[in-house]
Amino acid sequence: MELVDPMCPLPFRVQKVSWENSDVVTLDLVPESSSTPTKFQPGQFSMLYAFGVGEVPISHSGSPTEPSRVTHTIRTVGAVTNAIGKLKRGDTLGLRGPYGTAWPLKEAQGKDIVVGAGGLGMAPLRPILYSIAQEREKFGKVALVYGARDPKDFLFKDEWEVWKKNDIEIHMVVGQSTSDWKGHVGHITTLIPRLKLEPEKTCAFLCGSEIMMRFTAFELEKRGVSKSHISISLERNMKCAIGFCGHCQYGPHFICKDGPVFAFDRIEELMRIREL
Amino acid sequence: METAILSRENFGALFESLNKLGYSIVGPTIKDGAIIYDRLQEVSDLPIGWTDEQTAGKYRLERRTDEALFGYNVGPHSWKKYLFPPRRRLWKANRDGKTLKIETESLPEEKLAFLGVRACEIQAILVQDKVFQGGTHKDPYYQTQRARLIVIAANCTEAGGTCFCVSMKTGPRCTKGFDLVITEILEASRHEFVLEAGTPTGQELLAHLPVRAATPQEEQRVDEGVANAARQMGRHLDTSGIKELLQRNYEHPRWREVAQRCLTCANCTIVCPTCFCSTVEDTSDLTGDHAERWRNWDSCFTMDFSHVHGGSVRSSPLSRYRQWMTHKLASWHDQFDTSGCVGCGRCITWCPVGIDITEETNAIRKSES
Repeated sequence: MELVDPMCPLPFRVQKVSWENSDVVTLDLVPESSSTPTKFQPGQFSMLYAFGVGEVPISHSGSPTEPSRVTHTIRTVGAVTNAIGKLKRGDTLGLRGPYGTAWPLKEAQGKDIVVGAGGLGMAPLRPILYSIAQEREKFGKVALVYGARDPKDFLFKDEWEVWKKNDIEIHMVVGQSTSDWKGHVGHITTLIPRLKLEPEKTCAFLCGSEIMMRFTAFELEKRGVSKSHISISLERNMKCAIGFCGHCQYGPHFICKDGPVFAFDRIEELMRIREL
Repeated sequence: METAILSRENFGALFESLNKLGYSIVGPTIKDGAIIYDRLQEVSDLPIGWTDEQTAGKYRLERRTDEALFGYNVGPHSWKKYLFPPRRRLWKANRDGKTLKIETESLPEEKLAFLGVRACEIQAILVQDKVFQGGTHKDPYYQTQRARLIVIAANCTEAGGTCFCVSMKTGPRCTKGFDLVITEILEASRHEFVLEAGTPTGQELLAHLPVRAATPQEEQRVDEGVANAARQMGRHLDTSGIKELLQRNYEHPRWREVAQRCLTCANCTIVCPTCFCSTVEDTSDLTGDHAERWRNWDSCFTMDFSHVHGGSVRSSPLSRYRQWMTHKLASWHDQFDTSGCVGCGRCITWCPVGIDITEETNAIRKSES
């Protein structure tokens, strides 16, 4: 009996390194073997292995219809992510995945879309924008509400024009303004009341800190958006990504397999509990 | 032959037959002042004439007045160490220039016989079956070793000091998940074992043994023995609506109270036969071209367990004890459609301050009534 070991990564080669800002890098990765699948759904993540250092769960940030490579956007904060940040074009790393639940995009067809991103939370949301752009006519109004600590923290700036051309409204806000910033200052929550939306036909996808997602969801609810139409993406410590290691438990859920994407109404109560 | 009798003099034949069928035997033996599970060569490796005295926070070996082979309950070890080893290399990685090669570990080839598995422990194995081979992803090591396993169970005829299997409906009688089950009969004038096969493999093993058919009276001795163990059980856990009870009491003041006593030492998770959490460890050699990944048992009582950038999600002892207990008794039902607790009492015995999961749950329930 040939048993597949789900804990074994497969080798991928770095095709492109793009630094988004001083500590966030986007890597395009191509599998060493052409038989390695690269398909994923927006919202899913993979485990990235830096040789000899360790493995980290990182969301897919690229286009789900890109046939031959995967893209991940990583903030270099710890030992593993710093090792990944040192990789150059042509270097190899290990990858296994994709894992977890996806943003419910199919259910959102025919509806208006609010994409709410906080900082690095933009990374797992970007595949949604690619998917929408592919079938733009299937969606109503699309608004990206994007908050960052300061203007240099915004990601994927070179794609904003393309998004706008695809009839995606972009609303931005920074926590701390700089002299060249002419936009809003404050929290993403302050932008929600200004959005032109038809609440009963709106779906929202949120990714950022838990407090940001929770309060953005509350603001959307105040506007009349149903909790079941709000999706959020959660993060926890993860060692295996396949439900064995127990680290990512969140009440009854395993973030790795029941999440990371959850409908807000499923976890709203759990989010109230400190240190769950 | 449905039920058979094996005499004490012939008990060694069980070892010989298992060896002949290609099994390595693991079972109870005395080491470092406790009855643990280890490799067994012969009958005399068993804890003959010993028992374990257990209360909350206390475990002592005591000499019995008889020469019983299975006259104890459960110790600090559980069978999970053979199916889900405490430390195992998952794979090796080699870097040759810019090429990365990952080499999977070979899978176990040895056939193991677990000898002396208690009813609660069978349930623990069935619970871990759901974790490691019941979902989309399967653990290849667990799956392989499990498929090569023969389970020789032992009915409990005496209860241990911290047992509550009756409450968890897992014992004391073995009703499933075994190939062969043994009930020890010990009287002044006779020392015999009632054997019942649970599977064709067990029947095959039975056919190898010098046994005779049991009389109805002898079969009745099994009923009496397990009834005696059930009667002796000193602890009770009311499991009715336990999932909902705990899940509506995440903010109960009792958690604060138990956190005052809990040392977050992780003993309960290490002795628990169902706790399955693990962590990984990455190593590399001095050349920097050879790396390995190991999996080690882990515990939700450590700070590292819930670490994400910025700190631990569960930094207070309250949150860590609550995670362990609500997982075991409540969220396990959501995740695996079964309780994570089998009522073996190990977490009570081996808790250095004697925290009792039955007492903690009962306290929360009582406060609601």
